Amino acid sequence: MNAANATATNEPTQYLTFLLAKEVFALQILSVKEIIEYGALTTVPMMPSTIRGVINLRGAVLPVVDLAARFGGPPATVSKRSCIVVVEHEEQGRHQHLGLMVDAVNAVVEIPADDIAPPPSFGARIPTNFIAGMGKMGTGFVIILDPQHVLSTEDLAGLVAASAAVAPAA
Amino acid sequence: MTPDDVLKTFITESRELLEVMETDLLGLERSGAPEETLNAIFRAAHTVKGSAGMFGLDHLVHFAHAVEGVLDAFRGQQLAVTPDRVSLLLRCKDHLSALLDEVAKGQLVPSPALAALTQPLALELGAQLGGPASLNPEPTAAPSGAWHVSVRFQPGVLRQGLDPIAFVRHLGTVGELLGVSVVEGPRTEDPTDCRLGFELALRGPADEAVINEAFGLVKDQCRLWILPPGSPTSAFLRMIDLLPEGPQVLDPLIAATGSVELSALQKARQASAAEDVRTVFLFEDLEAEAKAATATSSPPPQSPTNPSATSASRTANTTEAGSKEGRTLRVDADKLDHLIDLVGELIIAAAGGQVMARRASVPELEEVNSTIAELVEEVRDSALQLRMIKIGGTFARFQRVVRDVARDLGKDIVLEVSGEETELDKTVVEKLGDPLMHLVRNAMDHGIESSERRLAAGKPVRGTVGLNAFHESGNIVIEVKDDGGGLDRDRIMKKAIDRGLIEAHESLSDEQIFRLIFEPGFSTAAEVTNISGRGVGMDVVKRNVEAMRGSVHVRSQPGQGTTVSVRLPLTLAIIDGFLVGVGPTSYVVPLETVEECVELKSEGEAHYTNLRGEVLPFIRLREVFGLPANPNRRESVVVLRHGNLRAGLVVDTLLGEFQTVIKPLNAVFNRARCISGSTILGTGEVGLILDVAVLIKDSMQRAREHEDHPGTRSPVAPASVAS
Repeated sequence: MNAANATATNEPTQYLTFLLAKEVFALQILSVKEIIEYGALTTVPMMPSTIRGVINLRGAVLPVVDLAARFGGPPATVSKRSCIVVVEHEEQGRHQHLGLMVDAVNAVVEIPADDIAPPPSFGARIPTNFIAGMGKMGTGFVIILDPQHVLSTEDLAGLVAASAAVAPAA
Repeated sequence: MTPDDVLKTFITESRELLEVMETDLLGLERSGAPEETLNAIFRAAHTVKGSAGMFGLDHLVHFAHAVEGVLDAFRGQQLAVTPDRVSLLLRCKDHLSALLDEVAKGQLVPSPALAALTQPLALELGAQLGGPASLNPEPTAAPSGAWHVSVRFQPGVLRQGLDPIAFVRHLGTVGELLGVSVVEGPRTEDPTDCRLGFELALRGPADEAVINEAFGLVKDQCRLWILPPGSPTSAFLRMIDLLPEGPQVLDPLIAATGSVELSALQKARQASAAEDVRTVFLFEDLEAEAKAATATSSPPPQSPTNPSATSASRTANTTEAGSKEGRTLRVDADKLDHLIDLVGELIIAAAGGQVMARRASVPELEEVNSTIAELVEEVRDSALQLRMIKIGGTFARFQRVVRDVARDLGKDIVLEVSGEETELDKTVVEKLGDPLMHLVRNAMDHGIESSERRLAAGKPVRGTVGLNAFHESGNIVIEVKDDGGGLDRDRIMKKAIDRGLIEAHESLSDEQIFRLIFEPGFSTAAEVTNISGRGVGMDVVKRNVEAMRGSVHVRSQPGQGTTVSVRLPLTLAIIDGFLVGVGPTSYVVPLETVEECVELKSEGEAHYTNLRGEVLPFIRLREVFGLPANPNRRESVVVLRHGNLRAGLVVDTLLGEFQTVIKPLNAVFNRARCISGSTILGTGEVGLILDVAVLIKDSMQRAREHEDHPGTRSPVAPASVAS
């Protein structure tokens, strides 16, 4: 979607790049609300590793998604540079706010639409439908994430339900 | 006011009027047909018609006109008030509501589906009057094709920099000015006073709202009379009577505009006593303007009552509305919700301040903070009070439901309502409708016996369903009562045993047995439903009520009836909680479920403890949440009561009572078990609200699964009745 918009206007679009398990990912800047320091997180019991917990963002309670775990890897470890990227995405006409836990935030970069390639059919370490495109940066590529899929409430709630059903028996 | 606003006001007011109409129609059946009620119904229909005319909603006007015809025949006693006719009128009222809903959606012409409904209803109405109903209002007396506008400016207009001529000129742009007469008021001492007035004849596409709009800027500072095209001469007479200049001055001036013939005016004045006013639309200031909708249009031409009585009652109605307006204020519900959200933030912030003050241990700071906290609490209570509405409105709707369902069932049932003044949060009221509807229908369908059976039992043939509401210790209790046959204990037992819900040898109290009717699936059993077992969807009622942190109880006396009481918190926005700590996280247990707290005297692996000689099964939260056991700390037990079950909740620390604002959790957590919401603690951390019902249910579930291995888990036992 983001890539499509950019192509239509043919103007470079800004992306926020961040580190996750030593790999660089990018999110279109328009979906990023703010970046806050990792901390004061309340763990919610019986949650899958994907749901790190909840935070209080000026009176609103937001779930924090562990992106590393969301991509099927081990949960991220907390370091000095750990951050929570607060993103807004629209789902079924409602604006959802979520926090994404990332290892470190890099920079805001401009990637012209021409430099964005479609996702590879295989080879990426994360599910292909999470990828909106591959942005060319210098010599390498960054994976531009598709928030609609990565943050799908339906998917996340499914994970929560599955986890809740298993947890009490454990 | 923009035309849009005016339309909105029209819709809101018409809806209210239609509600009044329904209530009164229902009242007709019970209280006979007092003239007062008939007049009120007539006025409601009439006002809707009149206001609809202002907006050119012809379909509404015509239909309301047909309704009016029958109502008028009631008033004139040409038609008797019968239940069938009331039913017809109720259906007409529904149809009017439906038409109005469409208008509210911006559809000024009825949809084909609704339009198709109009004709048969109108024909039925016509049949009542003994002739084909005319869907068109009677032709007007003298169609001159032009509006007549009469305006008098207040003396201060010029000093405010408003030029009266500009408004006349503006009128010329919305329509064609056929004639203008200038009316000069009496001389005053102040040369800057405006003494101008105009009589105008205006032809054009303009409707009344447009004309009003043209004078929008000076609406507070002028008196405006608008007579629609084709107004009878009598309307002019009445207007002239109301104007200060008197007939001698005005008659020729008005005639000069071409709106009406001079001779006609004079002739009509002689015969005026019997004529009625077609339309007088005056508004002097804002208040009058708000009332305007009630003062438009006239009774239908066939009205046999004398006109002075009608206008008198109309005036009375207007004054009533006016005085009421002074005391109440219509506020957008969203604005209120926003205020309450903000107050919620304030509570959290104040709690934060208190925590900080305590930490800093500066006595003055602590004192200031506790004052703030007190004030914040008062602000919160007042803010919530704003959103409190009386439950009477909800109850009133059931008059219609009971009437209709009773007819369908062929039973004679009346609804008795009490406690209408009891107030509760709007958000609760909104969610209460469905469960109440279920309970009332159930009481009528399964509670009240057939007439024959009632007679045989020596009861009055007429069954009674009662709705009652009252406050009790921070909760509201709503009772749905019937004087029917009561629950059949043995049938329920049998059914429950068949379904494997209980064991045949179990001895249960009446209440425990009656609770079974709320079991999912239990209700759908046709067998139980047919006899007296109540039913369809009682589990849904229970679920809905519990979702609002409420509870349902049943009392029943064989042969005397059943009472279902629904207990609900007064508001959904704020919770009285008990804060406990497990591991690093704080949890909130709804205070109404907490009975007491005791220290845990560990008895090995067993999941029960001795509470003053009673066995208290408990749930270890650490275990449920998959946290490692806490070896070197003393643990506490929070004794919970949920329904008639009692259970302990083992936690690390007890942090005390507190009141807080509920924050909804993201949809991601919709299917999370044990957590029903979240809140923000004074420290700024998030606290999670425990879903006690689910916690206990899950434990029982697990106990059932482990039945073959006694000792691993203990079930949550019913609390003894003595406690």
